[in-house]
Amino acid sequence: MKEFILIFRHEDGHKVASPEQIQIWMQQTRDWMGGIAAQNKLVGGNGLPFDEAKVVGHNNLVTNGPFGEIKETIGGYIIVKADAIDEAVEFAKGCPVLQGEGNTVEVRKIAKGDGLH
Amino acid sequence: MEQKELIPHLFRTEFSKITTVLSKLFGIKHIEIAEDIAGDTFLSAFETWSFKGIPENPTAWLYTVAKNKAKNYLQRNQTFREKVAPHLSYTSSPSQEIEVDLSDRNITDSQLQMLFAICHPSISAEAQIALALRILCGFGIDEIAAAFLTNKETINKRLFRAKEKLKQEKMPIEFPGEAEIDKRLEPVLRTLYLFFNEGYYSESHDAILRKDLCLEAMRLTYLLIENDRTDQPAVNALFALMCFHSSRFDARTNENGEIILYQEQDETLWNQELITRGIYFMKEAARGSEISKYHWEAGIAYWLTVKTDTKEKWEDVLQLYNRLLITEYSPIAALNRTYAFSKVYGKAAGITEAEKLNLTNNHFYYTLLGELYTGIDDTRAKINFENALSLAKTKTDKQVIQAKIDKTMGG
Repeated sequence: MKEFILIFRHEDGHKVASPEQIQIWMQQTRDWMGGIAAQNKLVGGNGLPFDEAKVVGHNNLVTNGPFGEIKETIGGYIIVKADAIDEAVEFAKGCPVLQGEGNTVEVRKIAKGDGLH
Repeated sequence: MEQKELIPHLFRTEFSKITTVLSKLFGIKHIEIAEDIAGDTFLSAFETWSFKGIPENPTAWLYTVAKNKAKNYLQRNQTFREKVAPHLSYTSSPSQEIEVDLSDRNITDSQLQMLFAICHPSISAEAQIALALRILCGFGIDEIAAAFLTNKETINKRLFRAKEKLKQEKMPIEFPGEAEIDKRLEPVLRTLYLFFNEGYYSESHDAILRKDLCLEAMRLTYLLIENDRTDQPAVNALFALMCFHSSRFDARTNENGEIILYQEQDETLWNQELITRGIYFMKEAARGSEISKYHWEAGIAYWLTVKTDTKEKWEDVLQLYNRLLITEYSPIAALNRTYAFSKVYGKAAGITEAEKLNLTNNHFYYTLLGELYTGIDDTRAKINFENALSLAKTKTDKQVIQAKIDKTMGG
């Protein structure tokens, strides 16, 4: 079975939603992850808090960010086990992040030391 | 206590203490000698007491005899004297007389250290539990065999192999270093958890034996709480979990030792004192930021002590199962999570979620589907219950499922 990373891209929730709304999203996210874990297909995952984020660029130039009003910032990820990309995509379709217009979940295969990568 | 009750009682508690202290003194390599000396001590007690009557302080009597037998053994056995005695942990020189320390403090310390030695990943979980029952809890071979629903020969073999492994690994009977504690504690907790479950979910009809197993698992877990070095949040969470489950002891079996299902239990028989203790240790477990799978399980077990059917309860239970599964997968947690899911989001959503699990060799999977289809599609409910029946192995499980089939047909 292969492993895929599901990368969530969205705005900083704290800027657009109330703490109560964030609670609801958290619960939905855990329901979604719990459903994948119940199939023994969850490898792991994490949220990536937007505060204190830095970008290190060429010549070690450090900037705050990477956020403006963009919706393409990585807010978290999970890693799942799936037979093929299609199954991983089916998991991604249930991600609560997708309730926000413009938000995306990027599905990428994880390279393993199998000599193919 | 009459002699015929006193000796088995003392055997349970003191045999293990003497064996553990002597094993610690001699080293794991000589664990059988420690067991023999402890066994001999009881033989002497049986002979002497039936003739002279029970001494005023039987425990002190046993300790004195055990100490003497240990010393005699060391003097008699030349190999032992030359090869082992010089290395004994608390003799400073070979010429000094050996000291067998049977103080409460040394007994407790030795038991904890032995627990760490036994719960080593190189030994199978089943063998770890058997060893703990034998060496730390003083269970007889026949009792261990009854608990595992197997015969004495199997248990003897299992114990023999496990001891050989301990010797091979030259397992030290000592406290893990400060930096290692968390890592070493993990397999210990896992074994104690399985140990408790072995008693709680055992198919044995001997209700007293099952309860004893659970109580012993709790006693050993409590030893860890009593020691500052091992009094970690995960240990408290595990103990809370055990308190919550054991609160139903008196309600979950009938006079024939048969299991009474949760839904049919008389709640007034649930032990409120144990529930209160569970809540206390759950609060203790909340110290610090470390969260283990036992925290989630204790939370779920807490809700089992509250027999309401509110939305709030099931939402909380679902979240706890989600977190438990995210931490560690198990088929039974997956099935229970799906049941909680159906309680929150309805049976139809529950069916979709359940069918993804695809646990087609598990009778609980079909029982769950049967439950979810009941009232929605009774024909499918019946087919699922029948699948469950064909997979169920124990008499209790079969009876429970048959009752569900009859109910579906009747309804």
